[in-house]
This record gives sequence, C-alpha cells and structure tokens, in this order.
Amino acid sequence: MIVTLIVARAAAGTPSVEARFDVPFTPGQTVLDGLRYVRTHADPSLAFRYSCINANACKECMMVIDGKVAYACTTRLHEGVQHLAPLPNKRLVSDLVTEIAPPDERLFPRSQ
Amino acid sequence: MIHLQTDVLIIGAGGAGMYAAIEAAKAGSQVLLVDRSLIGRGGATVMAMMTVAAALGEQCPDSWENHFADTLAAGQGLCDEALSAILCEEGVTRIREMDDWKVGWAREDGHIKQAHAPGHDRPRCVYVDFLNTGPAVSKTLRGKVKNTTGVRRIGDVFIVDITVQDGVACGATGFHMESGEAVTLAAKSVIIATGGLTRLYGRNSASLNMGGDGYALALRAGAELIDMEFVQFFPIGHLAPRLVGLDPIMWDPFRYKLGGTLYNGLMETFEDNYATGPTRSDGNYVLTRDKATYAIFKEVEAGRGSPAGGAYLSFQHVPEAELRRNFGPVIDTLASNGIDLTKGPIEVAPIAHYHMGGVRVDASFSTAVPGLFVCGEAVGGANGANRLSGNGITEALAFGARAGQSAAAYAHTHMLCWTAHAAAATLDLLARRAQSRTANPAQMIAQLQALMASHVGPFRTQAKLEAALAEIDALADAVGDAPLASGLPFDAMLIDWLDLRNMVQVARSVVIAALARTESRGAHQREDFPGRDDAWTLNQVSALRGGVVELVARLPRTQLESVA
Repeated sequence: MIVTLIVARAAAGTPSVEARFDVPFTPGQTVLDGLRYVRTHADPSLAFRYSCINANACKECMMVIDGKVAYACTTRLHEGVQHLAPLPNKRLVSDLVTEIAPPDERLFPRSQ
Repeated sequence: MIHLQTDVLIIGAGGAGMYAAIEAAKAGSQVLLVDRSLIGRGGATVMAMMTVAAALGEQCPDSWENHFADTLAAGQGLCDEALSAILCEEGVTRIREMDDWKVGWAREDGHIKQAHAPGHDRPRCVYVDFLNTGPAVSKTLRGKVKNTTGVRRIGDVFIVDITVQDGVACGATGFHMESGEAVTLAAKSVIIATGGLTRLYGRNSASLNMGGDGYALALRAGAELIDMEFVQFFPIGHLAPRLVGLDPIMWDPFRYKLGGTLYNGLMETFEDNYATGPTRSDGNYVLTRDKATYAIFKEVEAGRGSPAGGAYLSFQHVPEAELRRNFGPVIDTLASNGIDLTKGPIEVAPIAHYHMGGVRVDASFSTAVPGLFVCGEAVGGANGANRLSGNGITEALAFGARAGQSAAAYAHTHMLCWTAHAAAATLDLLARRAQSRTANPAQMIAQLQALMASHVGPFRTQAKLEAALAEIDALADAVGDAPLASGLPFDAMLIDWLDLRNMVQVARSVVIAALARTESRGAHQREDFPGRDDAWTLNQVSALRGGVVELVARLPRTQLESVA
C-alpha cells in the first residue's frame, strides 16, 4: 500500500511549503514509521521530534495530522493522502518541530 | 555562541541523570542537567514497563546479600562485585526513597508487593500498575528535580564532546538543537548519564538517543570501556501483529504473573528442552534471558518459528476476567492494536534491550579521566555477562545517586579549569558542517543497524564478526570528519551524522571484544566456540589508540572479599 504524506515544511519566520512524499507501508504502520521512512529513503533533512519511537512514553511526537492534534507514533497510516503540520499553538522551530519544552527547561527561558 | 558554567554538569536526564542531579545539589553543588531530548522524557527509564529489583523484604524476608548472589550468578563470573554490591545494597535505599516520594509502588495487604522475576531466588521486584513503572519513576524524578534548589535543566542540547584540558574533564561542547548555536559548558566535574547502545540494532527497545553516544564521549575524552561484547537480548520482545503505544518488551511481567506460555510454530512448548536448572514449584517459567533468547533463536533456526520469525506467546488459558484484572487499561490499548488475548497468541522474538558493558569506573563512579564520572546503564561491569531482570532501574537510581555525590565532592575540591582552547577542536568540527545532496546519514544508520542485527546478534561466529568489522571500518571512512548538515534549525542531518560518528566507534568496540572472546558465556554466544571456558573468566577493556578503538587490557575477575 502507498500513502502520500503532505508535509507543511518551514523554518521559523518563513512561509510554509507543501512537500509530498509517497511512502510504501503495511497495515498497522504509523505516521512516525512513515516519517522515518522519508528521512531514510527520500529526504534526510525532514525535521520532526521523537524519542521513544512507538511506545507513546516520551510524548514528543505530537503534531497536527489531518487537521487534528495527535501523536505520530500511535496514528496509523492509511491509503490515500495524509496531511501533516506542526502544532499551531507553539513556536515553530523547523518543519514539524515546535518548541514544546516547559519554559524553565529551555536554554533561552524568555523566548515565548 | 552560548557559554554557561556550573559545578557539576550532567549529560542525560533519564533516571540516572535526574537522581545524580538531586544528590549533587543536595551536597551543595550548582548543577546543570542537559539532555538532547526533553528532560525526563528520553532514555530508557521512561520506557520501562517492568519491575525493579530491591531486597526490601516486604513480600518475604530478604537481604541485599541474597540479591547480590543472584546478580553474580546471572553475571556468570564477570561482575565487578564492588559495583554489583552498590546496586543491591543502595538500591534498597533508593527504592524506599522513591516510595517516600510517592512513586506509587503497587501494594497488597498493607505492604509493597514484590513479584518473583526469573533469576531471583524469591519475590523481590516492585512495580507500578499498570505497566507504568518507568513513566511513574520518570514523573516522580522530574517533579523532584524541578523542586530541587540549585539544578538548572536544559533540553534540546546535543553534546558533541567532553571537553578535556591537560587530561582533566573541564566541561562539554555541543550545540543547541533548536537554534543551531554552539554551546560550551564549563564544569568542575562532568557526569555521563546517557544510557546504553541498543539503538545499534535494527530491532531494539531503545529510545532514539541510545546509540551509545556516552561511550563515544568517554572514549574520546580518554576513558576506558569494559565488557563491550555483552549485549542483552530480551527474549520475548513483541513481534507481530504491529503494536504501538506500548513498549515492545511489555509481555514479561504478565508472563510471571499469569504464566503466559511460549509455543513454537508447531504449537509445541519448548522451554524445558533448553532449561538446565530446576523448575520452580509454582510451574512458572525459569529460563533466564540469555537462555530464553537462545531457545527462541534455535527454534526459528530449526524451521520451527512462528510466521513472522519468532515464537508464539499465549495467554488463552487465562480467564478473561483475570486478564482484565491484571492488564487493566492495557487490554484496551491491545484491542486498539487488534489484539485479543482470549482469541489467540501474539508473536514474540528477541530484541536488543540492554548493554551490560560500558564505561569503566571505580566504586566512586569515576573514570580514568579526572573529573569525569558515569552512572546508569552507561556504566560497565555491574551485571557481568548477563543482567538479572529488574536490575536496570535499580542501577540507574543507585548509581545515579553515588555518581552525583562523588561528582559534587570532586567539585568541592577542584577549580574550574575551562579554556577556550580545549573546546576548539569540537567547535572546528561543527564549523566544518556542510550540506550534501547525495549522502544520507539516516540511511547509513539503518545500514549499520541491519549489519549489527545480522552479524553481531547474540549468536556469533568469527567469519560474521570479521565481516562486520570490515564493514564498520568502511562505514567509519564514509562518515569522515566533515559533518553533513541540512543547514536548517533542528538539523536532522547533522544530528544523524553526529550519532553515526558515535555509533561506528561504539559498534567497533562491541565487535572487537566479541571477536577476541573465544568462548560462550551469558549474552555472548560464539557458535564456533560453544560452552564456557574458565580461562575467559576475565573482563576485556578497550580504549582509543591513535583515534581507533582497540582492546587494551584483560582484567582478572575482581572479587569483593568482604562478601564473597
């Protein structure tokens, strides 16, 4: 099966550009699996956060998937098109990465 | 460039790093706790769903010496007994302290409940329901660190090198992942708390940040590694159907609570064919992790594997109400993955889970480099050739506390010795980063993981290890000394390149130690040298020589006279 991931890519302060990636998958695989496939096979520069991979323990891979805030590690891929965007209420860092650390855990604590 | 200074710098904010921060601050030091991930979110601790071994004597009478004896037996003659003793004795203090901090150890009949995990002589392992041990430990420590005066926490900081001045650790150098800015951190003492190396393997239960980076940091700083050949494979990692939202090693506690049964592809039980010890009176399983891994691999090799290439694990004999009582809300997570344990078995197979080897330290958790300390899984030696189930979190907390105390004591008696010159080589490396349209470091990491899985798994031969060494050295040449980068904030290519640089160095240290050890013991099984050879009851040490990791010493076993 193939899913087309349409990713809103941008660095802070620049307009976002849609990037399209066709990703082969088997049923049960997740959006995070798809993003990792993109980085390994298509574009090693695509930025997204994750740590625990698929255990849903670290809670770092939150993003907007088809219009809803969700964890990439537990949202399944499906045939057709899936839209991915960064969290809207956090400061954008790059691509799907936003500043999600609590303010007192940041290098620059005074940034928003 | 950002420059910060502190008394004690701790790299890695998992269970060990956070405990070290608490203890170092308690001893009066200013502490800087940094992690490349978020604080208390990355690493192994937060993923641990299982049990924690400590001789509390709550379930039945026990003493730390009993736990120590089981740890040494599992380690098959190779434990650094001074470290094992700290794990077992001070683990009790730390587990009690976590209870005081309201981590929520499961209780029954007014006492902390202790489960009987394999390899232990009695019920000794505490846990937090349901499958919540690691998240609960992490959350408790995050709260405790946050409320500890004198600790500053910073996430998204990637440490590239320990910074060394005249052979003494004087801080660390790296960059801020969000902005890409270089960061230099001056410290009187430095603690590496970055966990193990299981990300080297394709199938692993590790977090992203466990590619052995702490070992590489220690090596380049001038420290030594020990027991690097011993990688623990967890026998019943989840294999199929695809399971998300849970750690792949989640099945084990249910096996010892409910007696889940392993079958091969022919639906025959097979564990007894591989057991060498007596069976337990309650009929529950007895194989330690290394033997169970061996049993499943051998069944698959003999053509008796399950369809996805492992073994079946069944709970079908357990009534549905009891499954619900034991699994709690986990039953619903399983259902969302299409798994109904009353209807059929799931498939499991060995998965890279833990690394017994690591940085060589003394009982104060100090390395060969003055000012450089290590704690948690990054420490080598406490668990010998095979780690006893339940010792992972215990060592994180016990070693973290000790290293925090030692590093604070060191900081009290030493001055900052930072010089800009000491950081220059690392800053030069980062400045050399260049964009590439052809190379893909993420793909090269995947290539290394596939190689380690196929050639340096638990069952090894000279031919496979030599082939692996050649490919690793070729990969190291391909990595080169000019970082690849995308040039964007949160630079995925630069992060992958720096990880790969560490991973090839650490992979080499595993392979050369595995090649040299011409016997089979614990997690290291040589198909061309079956069986244990008492002449190999020794520990291998590696270090950098001319920029390349080499074996540098063989140490006779260290026995703790007062206990043994």
